[in-house]
Amino acid sequence: VNITVREALNKAMDMEMERDPKVFIMGEEVGEYNGAYKITKGLHDKYGPRRVVDTPITEAGFAGLAVGAALVGLRPICEFMTFNFSMQAIDHVVNSAAKGRYMSGGQLQCPVVFRGPNGMAAGVGAQHSQCFAAWYSSVPGLKVISPWNAEDCLGLLRAAIRDANPVVFLENELLYGETFVMDESFLKPEWELPIGKCKIEREGTDITIVSHSRGVGFSLQAAKELEAAGISAEVINLRTIRPLDRESIVKSVMKTGKLLAVEEGWYQSGVAAEIIASVSESEAFDFLDAPMERICGADVPMPYAQHLEVACVPSVQDIIRVAKRVCGKL
Amino acid sequence: LKLQSTFKVHTPEGMPEFTGPNDFTEVTVDQIKRFHTDMVRIRRMETKASQMYTQKKIRGFCHLYIGQEAVCVGMESSLTFKDAIITAYRDHAWHLTRGGTITEVIAEMQGKAAGCSKGKGGSMHMYKAANNFYGGNGIVGAQCPVGAGIAFGLAYEDPKAPKGVCLSLYGDGAANQGQLFEAMNMASLWKLPVIFVCENNQFAMGTSVKRGSAQQVFYKRSDYIPGLWVDGMDVLACREGMRYAKEWCMAGNGPVCMEMQTYRYMGHSMSDPGTSYRTRDEVQKVKEERDCISKLSSRLIAEGISTEAELKTVEKETNKEVDKEIAAVEALPPTPFEEIGRDIFDVPITVRACDHTIVYGQ
Repeated sequence: VNITVREALNKAMDMEMERDPKVFIMGEEVGEYNGAYKITKGLHDKYGPRRVVDTPITEAGFAGLAVGAALVGLRPICEFMTFNFSMQAIDHVVNSAAKGRYMSGGQLQCPVVFRGPNGMAAGVGAQHSQCFAAWYSSVPGLKVISPWNAEDCLGLLRAAIRDANPVVFLENELLYGETFVMDESFLKPEWELPIGKCKIEREGTDITIVSHSRGVGFSLQAAKELEAAGISAEVINLRTIRPLDRESIVKSVMKTGKLLAVEEGWYQSGVAAEIIASVSESEAFDFLDAPMERICGADVPMPYAQHLEVACVPSVQDIIRVAKRVCGKL
Repeated sequence: LKLQSTFKVHTPEGMPEFTGPNDFTEVTVDQIKRFHTDMVRIRRMETKASQMYTQKKIRGFCHLYIGQEAVCVGMESSLTFKDAIITAYRDHAWHLTRGGTITEVIAEMQGKAAGCSKGKGGSMHMYKAANNFYGGNGIVGAQCPVGAGIAFGLAYEDPKAPKGVCLSLYGDGAANQGQLFEAMNMASLWKLPVIFVCENNQFAMGTSVKRGSAQQVFYKRSDYIPGLWVDGMDVLACREGMRYAKEWCMAGNGPVCMEMQTYRYMGHSMSDPGTSYRTRDEVQKVKEERDCISKLSSRLIAEGISTEAELKTVEKETNKEVDKEIAAVEALPPTPFEEIGRDIFDVPITVRACDHTIVYGQ
């Protein structure tokens, strides 16, 4: 079936709400307005205002409230209109949700999902265009998911809602309208994707390209063009940032001998940095034929002007160029 | 001139001296005519911005001020540039009243070097630091405590005679953010010369005040801070209310909460048609009965200050000037690529592009 990322996310929530009456959604404009980005479209009509709850603009308040509801056994889906606004509530994500189980010696359980658009957006400036994958993925006690296509969104959001732990689910606004082909069997009520496992989207023998979210699509496009240049690229879709599937990455690098990590977040302490460090520390290190490289968002706050913005976001051309460099074919 | 609207005053216990503004305002003929021109000018600029957005000459978010013009024009008329202002993302008009130009505003939204933030900020991030305008902030409510901090700075050397007051502006949606209440508490404890101004335009995006706020009387939101309700569609009331609040603050009495009752005609931003959560009739009714420009025009005619024909001419001329200035922006050059690596620290640094072998800056 053809399905957009937006429809997949909507479907995931709809199916889980139908399956489990303890699942509810809360956030700004999720109900009567049908979502700022229309991800919750139709759910208010179907499930009513007690399960699709419009909140005031009070991120710290409603994120804390969602944590409380999870502690007493509900399954909240807490939507941030964008993850930029989650910074108002990060204390609850990190200190209230992530650490509760540990600090209580296992007495508490916080099955909450924090979700919303993350990362690069178009023309919205520095405060509304940044990736928080690295921030959240540094926190023990959180699971952090960064899906790319409709299959990822449907399977991983359903798994996130069912998960007994707090999950940060990082979507991307620029992918919402993209259509993907998906196997019809994925619409069965029991189907879900495993959290913590990446997916090899394309097999190759010369270089491993690891990415997440939008970067996966760019990497696949680059791989096609690299093929023409005689380079066979293996593309790994991380899907989950924490817990990171190091095993699959290491295995792939042992096969190809080269690694390129691609992300839209900043360089320092980033997801790509973590991947490269992980490979350095692994048995794959001895299999490397070239220095590992990474492509990141430019090391600046996002500028507004379109031509400057384009120069600050990783592109297919960047991936092709750096991959060729790693392979010694530049 | 006697005011045509009345204020509502919240006098906290133990503060009987907060009695509220006059029922008149002192204004010269030139000034009051200027208010009319300024409001027309803002409306025309915003209307053109809306058109340019549709033509894809402006991108991203774009929050327009149409309907709310009296608030910034009236309030600014009782302030000087020694007073500070910080607001949220609906900031184009405030940039103008803070001494910015239409060229700076439009060039910013078109990503040009002549923009007030060199094209790096965009619609939501306009600043004029030289005239104490601190933006232009994209995270709802986050500007409120920053405004209290600016006031802290203004009163740092002499609390009895602060250098000016700071207007910390927010909408009826942001009024529910916790940090606003935290800022109010500190401002009151330390008697900071900050005026918390709620521009109540009735809707937090698609959520009406009734659905978002348990207590909708925003000027009474902090029971220990004196409050003032102002008809924000009446430019003269905005002026007089501001004058009184500033006087109170400058005397070292601490903060004031103001609620400006206003209305936005457009959607929340350009991506919101603004029609799903209210009726077209409702918007039309406000335009017909309460519009700030029509209201002032009628007053000018009634007082014999201007004739209808004169006002029509002013509107026509002003619109023409605005259109001319905006048209000239198109020819200005885009922001140069070197700007990517500038303004990160006080001195230029070299920064990595997406491919680390490529650098920006220096």
